[in-house]
Amino acid sequence: MAAQTLPSRSSSGTTRKIGRIVIYALLVILSLVFLIPVYMVLVTSFKSLGEVNLATMWQLPSSLDFSSFGEALNELSPNFANSLVLVVPATVISAVIGSLNGYVLAKWRFPGANIIFPLMLFGMFIPYQAILIPLVQFLSQIKIIFNPANGQWTSLYGSIWGLILVHVVYGIPITTLIFRNYYAEVPNEMIEAGAIDGAGFWRLYWDVVLPISLPGFVVVIIWQFTQIWNEFLFAVTLIVNPASQPITVALQNISGSQIVAWNVQMAGAFLAALPTLLVYILLGRYFIRGLLAGSIKG
Amino acid sequence: MTERFSRDRIIGILVLLPSIILVGIFVYGFIVTTIYISMTDSNTVQQLSGTQPNFIGFQNYTTLFTATVDAGRFRTDLVNNVFFTILFIIACLVIGIGLAILLDQKIKGESLFRTIFLFPMALSFVVTGVVWRWLFNPTSGLNALPTAVGLPAFQFDWFISQDQWLKFNWQSLPTIIAIILLGVVIFFALYFWSHKRSQLAAFVTGIAILLLASLALDIPSRFNGLRNPEAKGFNLALLAVVVAAAWQMSGYTMAMYLAGLRGISDDLREAARVDGATEFGVYRYVVFPLLQPITLSAIIILGHISLKIFDLVFVMGGGNNIQIDMPGINMFFTTYRGGQTAIGAAIAVIMLLMVAVVIVPYLWSSLRSEVQH
Amino acid sequence: MSNRKFYALLLIASLLLVLGIASVATAQEDLSGDLEIFSWWTGGGEAAGLEALIARFNEMYPNVNIINAAVAGGSGVNARAVLTTRMLGGDPPDVFQVHAGEELNAVWVAAGRMQPLNDIYEANGWLEQFPQGLLDLISDDAGNIYSVPVNIHRSNVLWYVPANLEEWGVTVPETWDEFINTTCPTLQAAGVTPISIGENWTQVQLWENIAVATLGVEGYNGLWDGTTSWVSPEVTSTFETLGQVMDCANEDMNSLSWQDASQRVANGEAAFNLMGDWAAGYFLVDLALEPNVGFGWATTPGTAGTFVMLSDTFGLPIGAPNEANARAWLNFVGTAEAQDIFNPLKGSLPANTTASIGDTSLYNAYFQSAYEDWTSNDIVGSLAHGAVSPPAFLNGFASLISAFQTDRDAASAGANAGALALQVGMVSPQ
Repeated sequence: MAAQTLPSRSSSGTTRKIGRIVIYALLVILSLVFLIPVYMVLVTSFKSLGEVNLATMWQLPSSLDFSSFGEALNELSPNFANSLVLVVPATVISAVIGSLNGYVLAKWRFPGANIIFPLMLFGMFIPYQAILIPLVQFLSQIKIIFNPANGQWTSLYGSIWGLILVHVVYGIPITTLIFRNYYAEVPNEMIEAGAIDGAGFWRLYWDVVLPISLPGFVVVIIWQFTQIWNEFLFAVTLIVNPASQPITVALQNISGSQIVAWNVQMAGAFLAALPTLLVYILLGRYFIRGLLAGSIKG
Repeated sequence: MTERFSRDRIIGILVLLPSIILVGIFVYGFIVTTIYISMTDSNTVQQLSGTQPNFIGFQNYTTLFTATVDAGRFRTDLVNNVFFTILFIIACLVIGIGLAILLDQKIKGESLFRTIFLFPMALSFVVTGVVWRWLFNPTSGLNALPTAVGLPAFQFDWFISQDQWLKFNWQSLPTIIAIILLGVVIFFALYFWSHKRSQLAAFVTGIAILLLASLALDIPSRFNGLRNPEAKGFNLALLAVVVAAAWQMSGYTMAMYLAGLRGISDDLREAARVDGATEFGVYRYVVFPLLQPITLSAIIILGHISLKIFDLVFVMGGGNNIQIDMPGINMFFTTYRGGQTAIGAAIAVIMLLMVAVVIVPYLWSSLRSEVQH
Repeated sequence: MSNRKFYALLLIASLLLVLGIASVATAQEDLSGDLEIFSWWTGGGEAAGLEALIARFNEMYPNVNIINAAVAGGSGVNARAVLTTRMLGGDPPDVFQVHAGEELNAVWVAAGRMQPLNDIYEANGWLEQFPQGLLDLISDDAGNIYSVPVNIHRSNVLWYVPANLEEWGVTVPETWDEFINTTCPTLQAAGVTPISIGENWTQVQLWENIAVATLGVEGYNGLWDGTTSWVSPEVTSTFETLGQVMDCANEDMNSLSWQDASQRVANGEAAFNLMGDWAAGYFLVDLALEPNVGFGWATTPGTAGTFVMLSDTFGLPIGAPNEANARAWLNFVGTAEAQDIFNPLKGSLPANTTASIGDTSLYNAYFQSAYEDWTSNDIVGSLAHGAVSPPAFLNGFASLISAFQTDRDAASAGANAGALALQVGMVSPQ
């Protein structure tokens, strides 16, 4: 018996080993394939403009030229700050709204909720070009920003607050969906136990629901952060003053209508992608965990 | 106790109310506006000069489906978009599940690999479009890569390819759709008969007979509004868009599948192994069926992205490459370059309908299954 | 008219004149507040030119805070989208960039959103300083002038490297027939791309050049008012020629920007490139080539004696929030001084004829020769750059050219363009 099992074991051991090698080899090859565009961005951004040429695009730069990064940084840094001013509040507000909505829809179902929820959800699927013109007209009618300098009220259109509002509103469907599905997995008994102790709506949210919401928040923050940071259409139409435009618009503006400095463009693309990359690298682990926690079941 | 609960429920409704109002205005209010615009002759000049547009019913829609003034660009867009959507979803699902299975093998450095596959999603299409435009250059881009190891250069023109497969005449589209429908209906008829649900089966068979009869009488071809034949087909150039878009989004499906795989307990798989299942069998009979709901929601997410795709194709193809043109780009150009707001709105409404065709049944069925729970 | 009345009028007129001058003079110090300038000049020489203009303007009016609102991309498509949205939203900029011709007339003027600027022209004596043909492009039938041109570009220029042509044994073709039957086969036999073409809009520009060559100035102009029929054999033949020229071109045209296409000529991969004269700046500055040595130019085949032009202008929308500042800006950019600041940087001709075009330190050899043509040639507007057709036509025509590239059906291209002209109301049905 022992004589029989031993060789078979070692043969299965070698197959296992070969299998592992194949798996790692596949992963490495696929990673390299996935990184090809990154290689292109980095290689181009270190070249001088004279060296940038389609025919030699794969070649490493003859010397490391950091000037394009300097130039990109110089042009983009104010817009980088604008994007942060836009993204942080918009992400936080939509996460909070999504969490509250999800809590209501998962734990305080009311008659009609089953109709309201899918109607809200549909909002995340609309093509945004379709509502652009009514959107601008609407925002320019909402004059709620007070300018202390001249004592006048100006409209939401053209202000970063308008853009924040738009991102929050069009973020409501997805954030509500994620939190609702997340909270649906929370056993009702937890809520009921709390309710028996006399806790009301807000206390239950604060003491029972919020403390276990971290994975949901991570998924929502990652999603909203990248969406808003990368968004272009709303940004370019709603913010007209270049001094307050977000980074995606500024990145487009680096290229002229006729001459394109590809090295600066690529360096700018790299800089513009850093925050979202950082979010992914720091929170990526929680992302899978958050998805696992039930967020994805639609 | 009940009183408390109902009070809290009212608080709940109040908490939800602002969201409902905002979505009501920003989604539904604006959609209604757009639908109205699409049924007028509104254009930029008219709007700017403050004259009222005239209501013209469905004329803009007729124009889109019958006019030849722009060589049937919109019809090409529809065909392109359908082929692109199908290929993009398949690519993302296959790559996504492949990567997820690889990463699920208790890999050292998993987080590194995961980040690499996931990070393209963190980038803006505006950024990646430029890079892909370079990479798809037929002489010096990806095609030149094999030459680095002494192989002959790859021969494919990517997004500027003029080749077409599956050529058909737009005029025969109603007939083609009828034949596809017939196939589907026959499948269901056989399915219901074999499952002894004779009432349904008889109903479906009836539809099949009707379809067959209409095909025999050549009725579908009467739905064609075009006077002259118009060649359409699957443009191979779309493969370039599929590659670029799948590169960006397959990491997302990977993450979803990975989350799904982690949710399947090891005990379940071990049990299957004990029952003598091979490693392949474990996936075939245990894992894949459990991943089905994830596949469905991935299809929904990917499907709506592909139906409204805009920036990637715009930046990569320059916006006027009819081989890879999409409804979203046509809508943007018609409205803002051409100033034909009403026709642009009509395109937007059709895009909306296409999205709705995919989304509404899904929302409806997931809702129903929840109510049954 | 009685003498008394005449004198009274004269008095009023001179009073007005004095007041007008006075207001211009005092405005110098008085102006303050914002001035938002909307354009699509975000990069390269054009942005540098605009910034130089702004710098000089700020010296004149130190209290005006200038907002340079430029939107990049797609030769102005994005900018026009944003501008339209803003104008509809009731938020016009103070001044905005617009191409002379139908892009200005068929949209903004037709909608009654522009202010006539005749007083500015009269006060500065510009009616004599700008060419009449150009003024016609920016005026309505009643003689109201709606914008101030800052430059002139030419779109019918063929670029090449003289030494390369010699080596390959070809000369610059005089006609498209010569190019297709003689030049092209010779170059193909030598393994050189006869002509390098870029993405869609450069193909529209190529067609417009062929159309001018085939139809002549009158026939070409007739396309836009309906006197030339789109289904005539001559127009069909323009598309046939386009197809034959495309057969002589690089296959990857849709993946190339205009710079990529021009670069192929500089690299010696291609013999010719048809491009507007902004290419001069690219050859000269970016590729550091010397005029007439590193790169040469000629009018495109069959268009000798014709100048296909486009012009960037600034207009004043009704409701501009800082109108006084906007007027000061317009008063400034039309002057010879401003045009000599802007154009050498942008790489274009000054539109104001009193600018120092003779100064070779400002305008290089190409512009010296182009200016001669500008003052002596027949002038027609460019289709690809919005001068001759309403935007709706140009938008549909771009799709037509893209479809033609695949199906090569010259007859239906002409017929579809004709139907398009009707649909967008460019010509009226007969």
